[in-house]
Amino acid sequence: MENASVYPVPQGEAAVAESILAVIVDNEPGVLSRVIGLISARGYNIESLTVAEVDAEKHRSRITVVTRGTPQKIEQIKAQLGRLVPVRRVIDISEESDALTRELALVKIVSTGEQRVEAMRLAEIFRARPLDTTHTSFIFEVTGARDKINAFLDLLKPLGLVEVSRTGVLSIRRGSEAE
Amino acid sequence: MTTLLEKTEDAEAGEESGQAAPAAEPAPAQKAGAELLLDALEEQGVDVIFGYPGGAVLPIYDALHQRETIRHVMARHEQGAVHAAEGYARSSGKVGVVLVTSGPGATNAVTGLTDALLDSIPLVCITGQVARGLIGTDAFQECDTIGITRACTKHNYLVGNARSLPAIVHEAFHVSRNGRPGPVLIDIPKDVQFEKADYVTRRVARQRNCIVTPPVQPKEIEHAVELMRQARRPVFYTGGGVINAGVEASAALRALARETGFPVTSTLMGLGAFPASDPQWLGMLGMHGSFEANNAMHGCDLMIAVGARFDDRVTGRLDAFSPGSQKIQIDIDPSSVNKIVKVDFPIIGDAGVILEALLSQWRKRENAAAALPSRLSEWAAQIQTWRGKDSFAFETSDTVIKPQFAIERLYQLTRGKDVYVTTEVGQHQMWAAQHFHFDDPNRWMTSGGLGTMGYGLPAAIGVQIAHPGALVIDIAGDASVQMMMQEMSTAIQHDLPVKIFILNNEYLGMVRQWQELLHDGRYSHTYSESLPDFVKLAEAYGGAGLRVERPGELDDAIKEMIAIDKPVLFDCRVSAEENVFPMIPSGAAHNQMLFGGAFSGDEVSKEGRVQV
Repeated sequence: MENASVYPVPQGEAAVAESILAVIVDNEPGVLSRVIGLISARGYNIESLTVAEVDAEKHRSRITVVTRGTPQKIEQIKAQLGRLVPVRRVIDISEESDALTRELALVKIVSTGEQRVEAMRLAEIFRARPLDTTHTSFIFEVTGARDKINAFLDLLKPLGLVEVSRTGVLSIRRGSEAE
Repeated sequence: MTTLLEKTEDAEAGEESGQAAPAAEPAPAQKAGAELLLDALEEQGVDVIFGYPGGAVLPIYDALHQRETIRHVMARHEQGAVHAAEGYARSSGKVGVVLVTSGPGATNAVTGLTDALLDSIPLVCITGQVARGLIGTDAFQECDTIGITRACTKHNYLVGNARSLPAIVHEAFHVSRNGRPGPVLIDIPKDVQFEKADYVTRRVARQRNCIVTPPVQPKEIEHAVELMRQARRPVFYTGGGVINAGVEASAALRALARETGFPVTSTLMGLGAFPASDPQWLGMLGMHGSFEANNAMHGCDLMIAVGARFDDRVTGRLDAFSPGSQKIQIDIDPSSVNKIVKVDFPIIGDAGVILEALLSQWRKRENAAAALPSRLSEWAAQIQTWRGKDSFAFETSDTVIKPQFAIERLYQLTRGKDVYVTTEVGQHQMWAAQHFHFDDPNRWMTSGGLGTMGYGLPAAIGVQIAHPGALVIDIAGDASVQMMMQEMSTAIQHDLPVKIFILNNEYLGMVRQWQELLHDGRYSHTYSESLPDFVKLAEAYGGAGLRVERPGELDDAIKEMIAIDKPVLFDCRVSAEENVFPMIPSGAAHNQMLFGGAFSGDEVSKEGRVQV
């Protein structure tokens, strides 16, 4: 049926892409809300978020945000984050070719028999460390890039994966240069 | 890694940086938080506060009672207090200060704060908060002020103790006035207001280097001047940033325009930065801008945007916006660059500083080629042709007052006077921008970004406080003015003879115009039913009321209004169904303007209809 309204039906937006931003901030009350509020106010979901103080003397924290958006919106978010008073620096990790990213996950598997053996094998391949074990379950700790952890979890799904806890992405640049 | 922003380590933040701390003196007696607040405001040069008292700011009001150095102007609604502070700030170049209570005091201020954020007006708003121990308990008149105002301030603070209060106040002023100006809020719990602590002076207060304006890059300036020397169809597109950068920026713009011969247009917010009486002036651009300004933007080969942010009221259809031009954008806010329109050449910095640098570089270069009159002569001739269209022209009438005619007469009869104009929002605002002409900056106060009906009357009050002897006129509409009508009391109480010039068409005129344009003239709820008798209303407040219905009576009535030394409500009954022309309909390009006459119904494309 033709659109009877005088207004058009909205069309899809430009393609969205994943973006990893490291935001160095003064560690003060409310700073996290300012940073994530700016992103969520544009209707973008935050896929992962890590935050911790990295310099106790200067009260600096590092926030690493993974979000998805159109390139133009991400550029705007970066510029507007830079405008926030407690924000010291904004680094776009996804634009960077020599950045290291790591994530840690804790994974619980409940299975027996052949499935249990297969899970053990996979854990070895992914260099996951068993932290706890019973006759029917394992808890593995696995570290790696986001993609590696996603791949590990995908493989474990049919083998009794019941629970996952992830830290979210951390990032740092290679080489001798510091931020 | 792509470092987008580099804020250097602390140290030299403030204007006072680099100076040694004063030698140790005997420690002065500790003072209550309220006193520390007022000390800090005094040190920041504040002599007026716009506010409204309440429970959570009682200690501050008590301290204020005993100070003669700071004048307090009590508004009748917190929104009015904020708009008054905006008018004060915009017309004086100082930071406007607001003081309101917790809960409803803070929430009522939100519209004003958002307005100041969108129009980059420097404000410091102090709100009371319930005592620290009660925060988060749904206490009486408690609200999460910091959470609510996070999105409508440049920055905000919840003060944790009296010891930190003075430094926070100093930083708040620093943040508010530097970089792209804006509103900053300080939320002070009531018990902090009577907690005792030492005062910290502005010089000693450790300021973070939180607002960074990069130094002028000579390479950028040289490149920009090179583009300017080669341009054959250049245009300056200036905005509110030039006003914010101070009178020096306006002076630099004038000098640069004169020496280059480039034509100048401006956004609504930038009116007055370049004199309207200058032959190089093209008039305002945008949705209701002049034919010559919009066509110059569309046809230029070099656009120099100065303190203007490519607002959707200005650009029209984006994929058809100034298709053949190289674009230089000068802005103090990096996030304004490439936000809407991709520019070829951004320069981050203060408008005044950059314009002065361009001017001196322009003068330095050997100007034989650039000065050739033939280089710009074709462009000048083209602009002259566009001017011939006289796009702000309107039909006059002997029987009814045309709103444009009323503004034109108001302008003519106030020429040569020390006049400041504020407006509400709607048709009257556009007619004022088109037909009232400004030769100086800081004379025109309007709500551009947020479009806040009710802005004009309280803003006029703030302007009159800053300029006691001046003629301050709020050009208003019958609907807008009722949103902050209670501020008439404020004007009476403080002997502020503001003139409220109401273009009364008994409609929410601009909304009605859009209903005519988009909805086949179905005027859904845009007729102003049950209007008050504005003359009696003025008298009820203790002001003066005037009503005019015939064009022939207009001049005498305006003269009478100017002569009355108290607040006046001027009820100017104008033709009801007049539309603002010219107009770029939503979704159309700069060279697709509508002029006068009735709408046919298909002016606006489907895509354009989504836009406001």
